[in-house]
Amino acid sequence: MVEAGDCAVCHTKPGGKYLAGGLPLVTPFGTLYTTNITPDIGTGIGNWSYPAFRRAMREGIARDGHYLYPAFPYVHYRRMTDGDISDAYAYLMSGPPVHSPSKQNQMSFPMNIRPLVFFWNLLFLHGNPIAANPDHSQAWNRGRYLVEGAGHCAACHSPLNLLGAEKSGERMAGGVVDGWHAPTLLGMAEGENPWTKDQLVSYLRAEVVVGHGTPAGPMRPVSLGLAKMEVSEVDSIAEYLLSLQGAPSAPSPEKGEPISAAYQKMGADLFQGSCAGCHGDAAPMRQIDGRPALAQTSALTANTSRNFIKTVLEGVPPAPGAPGPTMPAFANSLNNQQLTVLANYLRDQYKPGHAWTDLKTTLQELRPEAK
Amino acid sequence: MTSTTLNVNGSLHELELDPDMPLLYALRNHLNLNGAKYGCGLGQCGACTVLIDNKPVFSCLTPCSGLESKTIRTVESLGTADRPGKLQQAFIDKQAAQCGYCIAGMLVRAQSLLERDPHPDETTIREYMATNLCRCGTHLRIIEAIKHVAGASHGQ
Amino acid sequence: MGNEFDVSRRAFLRGGALVVTFSLLPIGRVLADTEVDTLGTVVLAPDLPGSLRTNPFLDAWVKIDSNGINVYTGKVELGTGVKTALLQIAAERLQVAPAAINFLTADTALTPNEGYTAGSHTIFDSGTALFNAAAQVRKLLMESAAHEWGVEPSSLKTNDGVIESASGQRMTYAQAVQGVDLHRYAEAEPIQARPSDYKLIGHSLQRLDIPAKVSGGAAFVQDMRLPEMLHARVIRPPRPNSTLESFDAQSIKSLPGVVQVIQDGNYLAVVARDEWQAIKAMRNGYALSRWSGGDVIPDAQHIHELLTRLPATRFPISHEGKPTLPSGPSFKAKVTKQYLMHGSIGPSCAVAWFKDGILTVWTHSQGVYPLRTGIAQMVGLPPERVRCIHAEGSGCYGHNGADDAAADAALIAMRMPGKPIRVQWMREQENLWEPYSSAMLTEVQANLDAKGKLQDWNYELWTTPHNERIVNAGRLIAARLIARPFKSAPSIPIAQPEGDGDRNAVPLYTVASTNIDMNFVTVMPFRTSAMRSLGAHINIFAIEACIDELAAKAGSDPVEFRLAHLADPRAKAVIKQARDAFGWPTKTNRPGAGVGFAFARYKNIMGYCAIAVELTVHPQTGEVEIERVVTAVDVGQIVSPDGLRNQVQGGIIQSASWTLYEAVDYDANGVRSYDWSGYPILRFPQLPSKVEVHLIDQPGQPFLGAAEIVQGPMAGAIGNAFANATGQRRLKLPLTRSSNVAHG
Repeated sequence: MVEAGDCAVCHTKPGGKYLAGGLPLVTPFGTLYTTNITPDIGTGIGNWSYPAFRRAMREGIARDGHYLYPAFPYVHYRRMTDGDISDAYAYLMSGPPVHSPSKQNQMSFPMNIRPLVFFWNLLFLHGNPIAANPDHSQAWNRGRYLVEGAGHCAACHSPLNLLGAEKSGERMAGGVVDGWHAPTLLGMAEGENPWTKDQLVSYLRAEVVVGHGTPAGPMRPVSLGLAKMEVSEVDSIAEYLLSLQGAPSAPSPEKGEPISAAYQKMGADLFQGSCAGCHGDAAPMRQIDGRPALAQTSALTANTSRNFIKTVLEGVPPAPGAPGPTMPAFANSLNNQQLTVLANYLRDQYKPGHAWTDLKTTLQELRPEAK
Repeated sequence: MTSTTLNVNGSLHELELDPDMPLLYALRNHLNLNGAKYGCGLGQCGACTVLIDNKPVFSCLTPCSGLESKTIRTVESLGTADRPGKLQQAFIDKQAAQCGYCIAGMLVRAQSLLERDPHPDETTIREYMATNLCRCGTHLRIIEAIKHVAGASHGQ
Repeated sequence: MGNEFDVSRRAFLRGGALVVTFSLLPIGRVLADTEVDTLGTVVLAPDLPGSLRTNPFLDAWVKIDSNGINVYTGKVELGTGVKTALLQIAAERLQVAPAAINFLTADTALTPNEGYTAGSHTIFDSGTALFNAAAQVRKLLMESAAHEWGVEPSSLKTNDGVIESASGQRMTYAQAVQGVDLHRYAEAEPIQARPSDYKLIGHSLQRLDIPAKVSGGAAFVQDMRLPEMLHARVIRPPRPNSTLESFDAQSIKSLPGVVQVIQDGNYLAVVARDEWQAIKAMRNGYALSRWSGGDVIPDAQHIHELLTRLPATRFPISHEGKPTLPSGPSFKAKVTKQYLMHGSIGPSCAVAWFKDGILTVWTHSQGVYPLRTGIAQMVGLPPERVRCIHAEGSGCYGHNGADDAAADAALIAMRMPGKPIRVQWMREQENLWEPYSSAMLTEVQANLDAKGKLQDWNYELWTTPHNERIVNAGRLIAARLIARPFKSAPSIPIAQPEGDGDRNAVPLYTVASTNIDMNFVTVMPFRTSAMRSLGAHINIFAIEACIDELAAKAGSDPVEFRLAHLADPRAKAVIKQARDAFGWPTKTNRPGAGVGFAFARYKNIMGYCAIAVELTVHPQTGEVEIERVVTAVDVGQIVSPDGLRNQVQGGIIQSASWTLYEAVDYDANGVRSYDWSGYPILRFPQLPSKVEVHLIDQPGQPFLGAAEIVQGPMAGAIGNAFANATGQRRLKLPLTRSSNVAHG
């Protein structure tokens, strides 16, 4: 259940101890550091009783009564059954305690005043545990439970309103989390680059999927967690997600001029020096693994350049001791001008003339955040 | 070929380079610097690590074309075999090498850590050095050498 | 032909000649230094110690001339610090400062042929030879001076390369050598010395090679720059035995900087003025070549079952005592390991230069003489026209791509006379074309007698070769790819007691009967060859797991159980030292904590190693964190304590990486471990938190070698600690790989 709830995604920092917190979450209101949820007495949840834990999961209130920031997705966890919450509690308490004091959050006004979170809760905290819908299959219902409850997919994949809560009516229509574009989960089975169920299951399990690529950013640990679950659970999630209807959230860039030959050459030179070792036609990643050309990955086919830039700047860190896709961070190797050329060059290979329009602003926004 | 000016270890070098050339090959073959090593060419092992504007980068993937206004430092900037710098001396004293192929990259990476955090604790060192691979298993001695310098600079 | 001779001689030795040789030796020797690594060499003087047996002339080791004192070894520096250690031995026995010696490592034009630098043999073979030869040379020099001065040799002293008489006469070694011919056989009788008098042996000399390596000096073959040197890259088929269907050499030749494109059968290479241009030409070459066919790649999940079905030769390893009807509890298990990679951080590299009819090859090969045999045959030159000189490379840990890269450089250089050619493999070429360490399957079945003592030990293993060294051209990849290909010599396992896949398959523990066999699989799904400790890694892992399980059935503490089944006092001493220093069996009360112990004597004739490990298997993630490692080792007389400690620490970390994480990933599409993302090895955050190394010195005892003694015991201790932590006995390596767990 903890794996399905992806606790570790936020509560473990890269290279850090499992569930010991310390991961910075960049939100529109400032940077939050996740907390230690190992059973350490001093710095973790070692002396939390089950009722205290249950209250935190359902109401978003910590053991000492302070309000948790809603980045902690209790809005979703309150839909979990009591059994699952108690399983999660037992699981967390069975782990080794890690001494890891919390880091000071850096929130901007007014959200730096924790009690104000109370009002946020009044406004947005509603919804009760989910009842099964008999019109749908058991797998669909299981998928809905996992997606809407423990999985809290909407927490990332929905736009936030000005107060940092999911905008009602636009649930799952895509959002921004920690600088990454979390694409819409609505209408995934349709559109320009539709998902099949097999593709989605593989993707959710951190594999590389032709036409879409492999999860990066915050979705990477989510998918590594899902890969540890029974395939049938992931299958249910995919079944439910693909049943959701909707239109793409961001507008597709208008057709413009394709890039010039000279620009092509600049892009090709950067690609040759920085990318071709892995992503070139002759690279073993392409030849042996059969991975798609970059132009066929969701980072390039998306209507926003956000995930392309984010991936190139920050890379995909290796999972310790386990094989799987990795990528070095290029934040210190490529400047904004080079990144712009590379982005336009690769985007042009996907759809000539449909250059991203958000490139400049997104680069300006993401460059300072690059870890 | 493009004329490219690189500022390496405090000297300016005007070089005729292919416009797509990564820094590693310019350092090794056009400036005859041996420190940065080819290990994977994929940014996975750290053997090619150098400092650009004081930040560690994989030189095997960093194009020369964007480096005109930057300062580049390699392990050669830390000292020589006859007059080793502090960190190099610590690596010699702690025998922090077996085959030594990864060592120049380790030194540069460690140097960048010590420049931004002169007294890192062991956990910080382990996490920071995670980008660099060693196959001989000399890790413990590398940590010892870094800790030695981190500890020695206390109270300065 | 040389290679034919090697092969047949090897077969002959396996047939029992070694055993005969043993019995002719003074009994005290048999255990000490009999097992010289003689592959690719000829035994000329079986009664001499160490490599003097294959190179008995004193002037093969020490030459003194106007340049000073020259000392030679046929072994090479692989990153273990042996060059420094060998120099310490030579300087100690010549009674000169290390700096007074010009010390040369393997070069077919200058140094003795000591075969391979492998198997923890360097100090054992070459150190022993230098220990004796250097002292004998010094004695001859003193006798020469004594003769000149008309005094008794025993009245003379030496001081830093100068011989001094009681009356104040002085003569340098260079002067004294005028009166003596060093081209003579060494004496079998060693010149005794008091270990307490040693000024260099047993002391940690600063390593010669490290200052250059930390400061960007030209330390590696990768750093060589010869005048007008060109850079080459090879283009390999998608898999072994693919056939080239088409290749657009012309369009590659027209690329900037490209001076030559070589196409010979299935062999492709590009040569350019600049290294980066060569790499781009190579990338184009991969994109512009079309191939068909090639070896079928097996399914990783069923490889061990496949090994039992492939053609194999069955070798009896040990059949001692009489099996009885089991009277006590027994343990039976199947143990497996996947293919492993050497995984050198620096891909293989070589420089070759064909000039004035002589082909010179600078290589980081472990054996320059055998390589010369292979290259000479491949390029059709007599061996004396080929010179192979060792230059350091990245650590190899066995037979990696070094020899094959040297063959590439040689082949290309022969087509570009006068031009030095530097070839370096790309990361994926190293990972896809280095010979792997064999996947193996072992089956153990052992039981206790009614008193809880070990009774019958049944063990059978399946392995492909661990020693596909360069005995002919066909062992080199380049020679297999060219239009008139060479065939590899038949595979022959290294004989016991060294062993091949069966290295350390015979437990050192006292058992009533043994029934141990090796199935030597001669059809290789992947080319395999030597990697640090050969079969000892899995064999010791299996033996130590079985010992722990039987100790539990006997109701004994596993350490006490081991002690009760060992007779050798040195074996007991390392175990007790490790036990006490660890505080066995104390462990923390963290969830998932476990402790494990293991012991082995490498090959049952070399260094002793006992290890205790405490680790945590995370109850939620399954991740393994090694908290504490305490080891005690005995490698005989210690030459360099700090060098030894470094080797032992390195072995602990490397074996932890193999045991927990490593496996070559492959399926019908190919080998997925083409880079570090597909072949993850241990990184800094996964290091053991604490490692303690205890050295037991044996002054005056033979050198036993150190580099590989830890691999097996560390694997065994991790496996036993894992079982202690989880109550689950995992017997599929690597222990944390999920595919192994799911089927486990």
